[in-house]
Amino acid sequence: METKRKGFNIKTRRTIAYIVLILLTIMCLFWFWVLFVNTTRTHSQITTGFSAIPGTNFMNNWKSIMDGQLPVWTGLFNSFFVATASAVLTTYFSSMTAYAIHAYRFKGRKFIATYILMIMMIPTQVTALGFLELIDKMGLDNSFIPLIVPAIASPITYFYMKQYLQSSMPLSIIEAARIDGAGEFKIFNTIVLPIIKPAIAVQAIFGFVASWNNYFTPALVLHSNEKKTLPLLIATLRSADYLKFDMGKVYMLILFSIMPVVVVYLILSRQIVEGVAVGSVKG
Amino acid sequence: MGKKKNTNKRVNRYNYWGYVFLIPFIAVYIVFQLIPLVTTVYNSFFEHYREGLMEIGPNFIGLGNYIATFQSPDLWVYAKNTMIMWVMGFIPQIVISLILAAWFSDNRMRIKGSRFFKTVIYLPNLIMASAFSMLFFALFSDGGPINYMLMDMGLLAKPFKFLSHIWSARTLIATMNFLMWFGNTTILLMAGMMGIDSSLYEAAEVDGATSTQRFFRITLPVLKPILVYVAITSLIGGLQMFDVPQILTDGKGEPMRSSMTLIMYLNKWLYSKNLGRGGALSVLMFIITGILSLIVFKMSGYNDED
Repeated sequence: METKRKGFNIKTRRTIAYIVLILLTIMCLFWFWVLFVNTTRTHSQITTGFSAIPGTNFMNNWKSIMDGQLPVWTGLFNSFFVATASAVLTTYFSSMTAYAIHAYRFKGRKFIATYILMIMMIPTQVTALGFLELIDKMGLDNSFIPLIVPAIASPITYFYMKQYLQSSMPLSIIEAARIDGAGEFKIFNTIVLPIIKPAIAVQAIFGFVASWNNYFTPALVLHSNEKKTLPLLIATLRSADYLKFDMGKVYMLILFSIMPVVVVYLILSRQIVEGVAVGSVKG
Repeated sequence: MGKKKNTNKRVNRYNYWGYVFLIPFIAVYIVFQLIPLVTTVYNSFFEHYREGLMEIGPNFIGLGNYIATFQSPDLWVYAKNTMIMWVMGFIPQIVISLILAAWFSDNRMRIKGSRFFKTVIYLPNLIMASAFSMLFFALFSDGGPINYMLMDMGLLAKPFKFLSHIWSARTLIATMNFLMWFGNTTILLMAGMMGIDSSLYEAAEVDGATSTQRFFRITLPVLKPILVYVAITSLIGGLQMFDVPQILTDGKGEPMRSSMTLIMYLNKWLYSKNLGRGGALSVLMFIITGILSLIVFKMSGYNDED
C-alpha cells in the first residue's frame, strides 16, 4: 500500500517512456522526411502545398541540380578531399602525440600534457583573425592547406587517443619490440597503430564529419567557385535571390550535402555512439 | 638491483624520442594557433581598417578598440542574443537528456529498442549545421511546407512569418541547437549514470523510495560534477554559435538583429577587414572561453595519472 501510493508503477512509467521516445524520434526525423519528400516534388507542388507522401520528380530535380550553375560535383569533391585529408592527418598525428606522452618519460612531459588539456576547449574562432593574416602572408589564401594541415594539432583527438592508449597499450609490448631490435618509428607504425585501430576508426569518422560540416573557416579562406566546399554552396544558395530558386533544387542540394554522412552513420552507428560514450568517461 | 638499473638506463636512452614524436603537434600548434593568437592580440591594439578602397592604419591606439567595443551597444545586444538562444536550447536539452539517460540506464525499465532510439537522437549531431539550418529556412519560410501543414490542420488561417518575429526566429535557432545536442548530452549523462554504484539504488529500494525520489536524492547529487561539466562545455559551445543563425538569417541576424550572435559579429569584422575591432572582440572571447576552460580543467581533476 505504502509503496503503491507513491509514484507510478513500472508499467505506467514504461508507457510514458515509450511515448516520449517516439515523440522525440518523430521530432528528430520529421524534418528529414519532409526534406526527402520535397526532393521528389516539383517546384510548383512544393510552393502550393504540403505533402507527407513522396512524388515522382526526384530524377528531374537531380538532373536540374547536376546541370545547374552551382558546381555541386566540384563542391562534393572538394569537401571529400579536405575532410579525408584532415581525418587522416588528425588521427595519425594525434596518435603520435598521444604515444609520445604515453610511452616516454622526458623533461617537460607533464607540462606539455597539461598544456594540451588546458587549450582543448579554446575555440578556433578566437584566433581566426591572426590565422587569416598569417595564411595571407604565407600565400595560402584560397587554398586547402590551411583547412587541412592544422588538423595535425587537435587536442581533442589527442585526448581520446591518450585515454585509449592508457587502457590498451601496455609498455611491456614496446619493451619487447625494442629487445627484438625494432626502431622507435617502426614500433609506432607497426605495433602501436594496429593496437589502437578501433580508436583510430572512431576518431577518423569524427574528424571527417567535423571537417565535412565546417563552415566558419572555409568561408573565410576559400573564395573561388572551383574551391568551394558544400557548406559554402549552401550559403551561396541562401544569399542568392531565394524567390527565383527552384525549391526542388534547394532541397536536393541539402540532401546531397548531408547524405554521405548519414549513410556512413547508418552503417557504423553502433561504433560511433559507443565512441561518444567512451570519449566522455573521464580518466 | 643491477638489472633494474640497466632497464632504467635503457629506457632513458629512448626517452628523447618523446620529443621527436611531439614535433609535428608542437610545430603545427605554434604556427597555426599560437602565432595567430599572438598576432590577434597585437592587432587589437591598433586602429586598422578599410574604408572603401582606403586602408586606414595601422596606428597604435592602446586600448582604444576595447573601449570602442565596450561603449558600442552592439556588443551587449549580441552577447544577450547569444545567451538567450543558448539558454532556450540548453534548458530543454538538459532536462530531456537527464530523463532519457535515467530511463536508458535503469535496468528495471528494460527499454526495448534503446539502440535504435540512441541512434536516432544522436543523428542530428552529425548533420551539417549549415545544411540543417538551410533546411529549416526552407521549411519555415512564409510559403514553406510547415505553414502549409499548419494551415491544412486548421491551426493557422494564413502563413505565419516565422523569420520575421523575434521570438519565433530565436525559437527556431534554439530548437535546432536542442535537436543537434540533446542526443550527445544523453549519451554523456548515461555514461555517468552507468558508473553509479547500484548498491545505492538497492538500499533506497529497500527503504521504499520511489523512482522520482531515487532520481532526485541519488542520481542528481552523484551526477553533479558531470552536470556542471556538461553545462560549461555547452556554454563554451553556445558562445561559438554561428552556422545555424548565420545561414538561417543570411548573416543579418534578423529580425532587428535579435538573432545576431557574438561570432556572427566577429565574422562581420573579419569580412570587412577591421582588424582592430575584430582583434579586440577575439581577445574578449578568448578570455571568456579561457576562464570557462580553466574551470572545466580544474573540475576534471586531471592530475597526471602517473
